[in-house]
Amino acid sequence: MDPFADTLQRLREAFSSGRTRPAEFRAAQLEGLSRFLQENKQLLQEALAQDLHKSVFESEVSEISISQNEINLALRDLRAWMKDEKVPKNLATQLDSAFIRKEPFGLVLIIAPWNYPLNLTLTPLVGALAAGNCVVLKPSEISKNTEKILAEVLPRYLDQSCFAVVLGGPQETGQLLEHKFDYIFFTGSPRVGKIVMAAAAKHLTPVTLELGGKNPCYVDDNCDPQTVANRVAFFRYFNTGQTCVAPDYVLCSPEMQARLLPALQSAITRFYGEDPQSSPDLGRIINEKNFQRLRGLLSCGRVAIGGQSDESDRYIAPTVLVDVQETEPVMQEEIFGPILPIVNVRSLDEAIAFITRREKPLALYAFSNSSQVVKQILAQTSSGGFCGNDGFMHLTVASLPFGGVGASGMGSYHGKFSFDTFSHHRACLLRRPGLEKIYALRYPPHTPRNLRVLLMAMETRCCSCTLL
Amino acid sequence: MQREVQRVRAAFGSGRSRALAFRRRQLEALRAMVQERERDILAALAADLSRSELNGYSQEVITVLMEIDLVLERLPEWAAAKPAQKNLLTMLDEAYIQPEPLGVVLIIGAWNYPFLLIIQPLIGAIAAGNAAIVKPSEVSENTAKVLTKLLPQYLDQDLYAVVNGGVEETTELLKQRFDHILYTGNAAVGKVVMEAAAKHLTPVTLELGGKSPCYVDRDCDLDVACRRIAWGKYMNCGQMCIAPDYVLCEPSLQDAIVQKVKEAVKEFYGENIKESPDYERIINLRHFKRLRGLLEGQKIAFGGEMDEATRYIAPTILTDVDPETKVMQEEIFGPILPIVPVQSAEAATRFINEREKPLTLYVFSRNSKLIKQMIDGTSSGGVVGNDVIMHFTLSSLPFGGVGSSGMGAYHGKYSFDTFSHQRPCLLKSLRGESVNKLRYPPNSQSKVDWAKLLVLKRFSRGKLSLLLLALLGVVVAVLIKACYH
Repeated sequence: MDPFADTLQRLREAFSSGRTRPAEFRAAQLEGLSRFLQENKQLLQEALAQDLHKSVFESEVSEISISQNEINLALRDLRAWMKDEKVPKNLATQLDSAFIRKEPFGLVLIIAPWNYPLNLTLTPLVGALAAGNCVVLKPSEISKNTEKILAEVLPRYLDQSCFAVVLGGPQETGQLLEHKFDYIFFTGSPRVGKIVMAAAAKHLTPVTLELGGKNPCYVDDNCDPQTVANRVAFFRYFNTGQTCVAPDYVLCSPEMQARLLPALQSAITRFYGEDPQSSPDLGRIINEKNFQRLRGLLSCGRVAIGGQSDESDRYIAPTVLVDVQETEPVMQEEIFGPILPIVNVRSLDEAIAFITRREKPLALYAFSNSSQVVKQILAQTSSGGFCGNDGFMHLTVASLPFGGVGASGMGSYHGKFSFDTFSHHRACLLRRPGLEKIYALRYPPHTPRNLRVLLMAMETRCCSCTLL
Repeated sequence: MQREVQRVRAAFGSGRSRALAFRRRQLEALRAMVQERERDILAALAADLSRSELNGYSQEVITVLMEIDLVLERLPEWAAAKPAQKNLLTMLDEAYIQPEPLGVVLIIGAWNYPFLLIIQPLIGAIAAGNAAIVKPSEVSENTAKVLTKLLPQYLDQDLYAVVNGGVEETTELLKQRFDHILYTGNAAVGKVVMEAAAKHLTPVTLELGGKSPCYVDRDCDLDVACRRIAWGKYMNCGQMCIAPDYVLCEPSLQDAIVQKVKEAVKEFYGENIKESPDYERIINLRHFKRLRGLLEGQKIAFGGEMDEATRYIAPTILTDVDPETKVMQEEIFGPILPIVPVQSAEAATRFINEREKPLTLYVFSRNSKLIKQMIDGTSSGGVVGNDVIMHFTLSSLPFGGVGSSGMGAYHGKYSFDTFSHQRPCLLKSLRGESVNKLRYPPNSQSKVDWAKLLVLKRFSRGKLSLLLLALLGVVVAVLIKACYH
């Protein structure tokens, strides 16, 4: 029994009918998404609070407003994005029409994660819908309360002949992936990313994989420890550390560490109070499994700050670990929790060597008063994205593509990049039947003279200089 | 295999391939190679495909030279950081996209344009600052030998390597880890490549194929159309991924098409086609036999002559072809042109949509509205109206497929982009920390309101300018305070 066949068939037929192509239809879908957010804000905030103990501030900033922003941008620029993109021509094609047509792929599958269950579902969805695709959405079953709203409420705002929500765990997702899609957008772990790509390979389906890794955070000796501590702490403990672009670990000298620790403690206390467990601004671990995993990591190195946990609440205190070995589990896997290990290096070069020895991360952070230091790290490393002297602010800039490289992912999105990701860029050359006498130069039988003339015509630079 | 890849990876790790000056020198060396060793290259192509030197030059060599010239001219522009438009939150920061090399790129070539399909991607890989391993097709042996001999003589031997072999060696090679794989070939192997790439999360560009349909409308200049179709179909003996694979037209046009294609063929290759230096041969016996099999049971309106000894197959046209027969089930990749009669342009569109998305769609018609309708109603890698193949030569157009005809694209700047990571960079300063108090916990309703305002870009003009002024005031005040701190 294939539970998905009918749904997929229905969506494919809707796509073939051409319903999703006109700009009006796409705009209507985007407006539907907008109304979904606005009319269900309270409901969504409650769900996010239930799933992740997310504060109103975090829900607003990192889930609702950011998604709304993407919708607004798409609505504003949709028609401009949809326009055929004219391209420069060579002499041979001067009189022709040459352009790139942006077309929907067809049936798109979006697999969303649990850590930003609203944002990481809606933002890709905006791109897929704006690009004119039909969409199957597989929200994470782990963020149960948000999943419920996405499954039951969201479809009411969209044309359901072109959009479907599919539910289930790893087994159902595996079954779903056996089907053919025209594009798959996956956000999650590298381990599952490989499974998704392997499944996509069977159907030659292109993919965007937004994965993760250990995002290094280099702290130079030349900086103000309190400012750095504020920023690092804020981005580390945001969403209880369950962020793919959170600073995962700090690299700094022992001297810097000594200055950083009290500053981190000060920041944590200022943010969450003396008893972080009672702060409404600190979230909780998503589920038992991750809680146990993170609690295990608390025994790595030595706890310098925090270290408390409460199983009944899935609470883990904002924690800083020191004296951590590279071989310990906390330095082997993406932490995805409110634990910040500090690893000592004796120089910038050692830090760079440490970073480049490992998998390319999704984000890389460097803190220094010296812009030269920041630029040096930037130049000698590779990562999905980079931010100097702050945390993951770069993803708030919609004109910057958001994605990984190497093990942290492939492809990117946000803003126009989302539209382009979910579009096939079709090269079009429309010629006239006339001028055949000139084209005759290209036909056999070939002579050196014909060849010379042909070459001149194919020269790409000719239109600008050689004619002058 | 592993050692070879490790050696190349270590060379990339040295950072040598990044400097623009280095990339230029390599590309200039590549150009020198093509210019100085033209004879050797053309001789290899002639040996592999029976292609005349003139054709070898115009079809492969010149494209490579033009690509190198284009890249050399535009490289500084392509490699430069691109400033990005900032939002209110990042107003005072530096935000840009920096293209970076990926690392070690694997390029797997095909036998039909054995030189071009290795060198053109290689140009892009070098331009983007990568190291590369190229695996020429073992089927076009002579070109593989020439590439193996020449590339190390002109290019940095540690950064760019040639690996040879058949299925076994390629399978072994694909077990290694690369940072991007560009494969040109068929869909079946494309799946194998992508599956292997998945194990390492390696992004891929797959330049595959399929059956590129060619719709000939009632309202078109049939003389011109048939000439162009004949040119594109029989070039390289039909062994081209973008050759018009089959023709769709109304039944009444069939005879005229056959007649005019026949005339064009005579014009191109003379009375005795076998003697024409411009007509190539089938690459090997296996493909020859495969193509021979496709003719079984078909109505041969023209051509059909074969000579196994020289692997010669005459330019051939089939009429009234049944879509269920073998010739319509696989990409032909040979000088056989089936005509499948359909009742109308709509019927042709339906026919095309019932099949896998092709690499290219060709439409011949004077009616630009009809052409537009066919484009709108179908999907394909690319489209050419009223001609064939030419989109390949315009490097400002991305060249690639969709669906089973491929994923990703290259040529010109698209090659550079394919082999680059576009890294978003945001550079802030450590000053102005007081402004950040807005974002830190403990949170409050006013902080929520501020955050909402700053994240969302949409608000009325009046409010916007007021807000901007207010914000600028705050920021300036804070900066002044911080500066004097």
